[in-house]
Amino acid sequence: MTAVVEAPPSPEPPSTRTRAQQRSAAWKRRAPLLPALLFTIAVTQVPFLVTVFYSFQSWNMVRPGSRHFVGFDNYVDVFTDSVFLSALGNTVTITVVCVLVAMLLGLGLALLLDRQFLGRGIVRTLLITPFLILPAAGALLWKTTMFDPTYGLLNWAFGIEVEWLSDYPLAAVMTQIVWQWTPFMMLLILAGLQAQSREVLEAAQVDGAGRWRTFVSITLPQLSRYLQLAVLLGAIYIVNSFDAIFLMTQGGPGTASTNLPYYIYQRAFEGFDVGQSSAMGVVVVAMTLIVATFALRLMFRAFDVSRGVK
Amino acid sequence: MTARTNRLGGSALTVLTWIVALLFVFPVIWMVVTSFKHEVDAATDPPTFAFTPTLEQFTAILDRGFLPYLANSAFVTVLSTLLVLLLGVPAAYALSLAPVKQTSNALGFFLSTKMLPIVAAIIPLYVISQNLGMLDNVWALIVLYAGMNLPLAVWMMRSFFLEVPTEMIEAARVDGAKLPTVLYRVILPVVAPGIAATALICVIFSWTEFFYAVNLTAAQAGTVPVFLVGFITSEGLFWAQLSAAALLASLPVMIVGWIAQNHLVRGLSMGAVK
Repeated sequence: MTAVVEAPPSPEPPSTRTRAQQRSAAWKRRAPLLPALLFTIAVTQVPFLVTVFYSFQSWNMVRPGSRHFVGFDNYVDVFTDSVFLSALGNTVTITVVCVLVAMLLGLGLALLLDRQFLGRGIVRTLLITPFLILPAAGALLWKTTMFDPTYGLLNWAFGIEVEWLSDYPLAAVMTQIVWQWTPFMMLLILAGLQAQSREVLEAAQVDGAGRWRTFVSITLPQLSRYLQLAVLLGAIYIVNSFDAIFLMTQGGPGTASTNLPYYIYQRAFEGFDVGQSSAMGVVVVAMTLIVATFALRLMFRAFDVSRGVK
Repeated sequence: MTARTNRLGGSALTVLTWIVALLFVFPVIWMVVTSFKHEVDAATDPPTFAFTPTLEQFTAILDRGFLPYLANSAFVTVLSTLLVLLLGVPAAYALSLAPVKQTSNALGFFLSTKMLPIVAAIIPLYVISQNLGMLDNVWALIVLYAGMNLPLAVWMMRSFFLEVPTEMIEAARVDGAKLPTVLYRVILPVVAPGIAATALICVIFSWTEFFYAVNLTAAQAGTVPVFLVGFITSEGLFWAQLSAAALLASLPVMIVGWIAQNHLVRGLSMGAVK
């Protein structure tokens, strides 16, 4: 890789030499970037291209010798597969609901924390803890100690008898995900709250603006880039939710709580259908990219990427 | 009069905050409590609050071979984080202080890889690992975790590098300082906390990663989440042991996260907080 940085041989006419020098200077600037770039391409892009290649084949790992090209057959199968479509619906529901609820809860908790009170540090430490618990551990604990119909704390606390995981599987999974991600949202929003200038807030109060008025017309606008970042990062991770579904409901009952990552996992590692699961992977990427182009634009606007480019 | 109502309102709000926080974190508190129970006290109706504490669940976990999983997790987390820093710090430098022309393209590329769902690559990764004999091998996880965290790390560290005042760098250059000196004496002190915050977030995400670990490793290279999967079939019988395992598995990241909460905030907000 470093070989690229070496300047081309020098004995050349002056005009080309300056151009060569320019080019070598450009490469020198690029050099620190290249290892990271090449590594990322090798680890993320190459496997994806292989997925695309697999997606045009009929290939089941338990039937050796069955592998052959089938064109777009897998894609036709994917879009006529009702389980895929319901998994797609569940993925959208989980992502949208969890991001919104976690953000609102995070905003509420951040507002509670954004003042001086006794034990503030301890409360903050308590509140970030769910984010630091292993998601796998959190999922198993919610499944057993909280949601269990006989011994779970939820039924005991509310004096009810609900089979949470079989009657409301999606809600149960989303509860765990929201619980996991609320601290993340809270931390980000708290950072935003503490970055706003005290003078402006005081000036608003002097001008007779009430608390609500101040919050809506001063705090919220200042908070918007933090909220955008929270939504973007939260969505990136929650779209890929797998732990909670795998450990709490196994996608069930039936396919009631199956999302796309879990369904692709099932097709690949339980059905051994490489072709079809690859096609699903490609479809998911295509859809994510459409949403992502939109999100990326937001991100660039929020973070003013042109700063630093001279 | 108003001052007094204000103070009353204030302490009511404080009490409310405490109650909300304790309720919110209750599953964790209950996990800690349950991990010190005998199995007979763990799953009862109504729940048992008074019991004789015991350490038998922790010894049971160690007997089930928890330590090798812990060692794997530590090894994978540390090495993948080091790899991220090794690749990410120069990249962040190239995208901030000595920016290349295609900066926003490169940044967009890094972030877009983060948006590729990991399921889309798992099948080739499995087949490739199988062909290379890398299934159930810690090095496969190290490389994949580095790939998973690098894009976010580059974004975060770039924003920290941008905080270095250019006047400082130019002043050092005018004084005749060479690039290595500038890097070490001027830039590093400013960005070091940012790099620490980034490393912390990489540590958390590597330690808690589940999908690659479950699909690509087993008994030999398994990390702590893989150990926990062993409880999926027996959870009805071993709640106390499950709680002890969950506590032990989460404790390293919990402690690191608690100690470095301020770094965490800075890292998550990508250096936007001064």
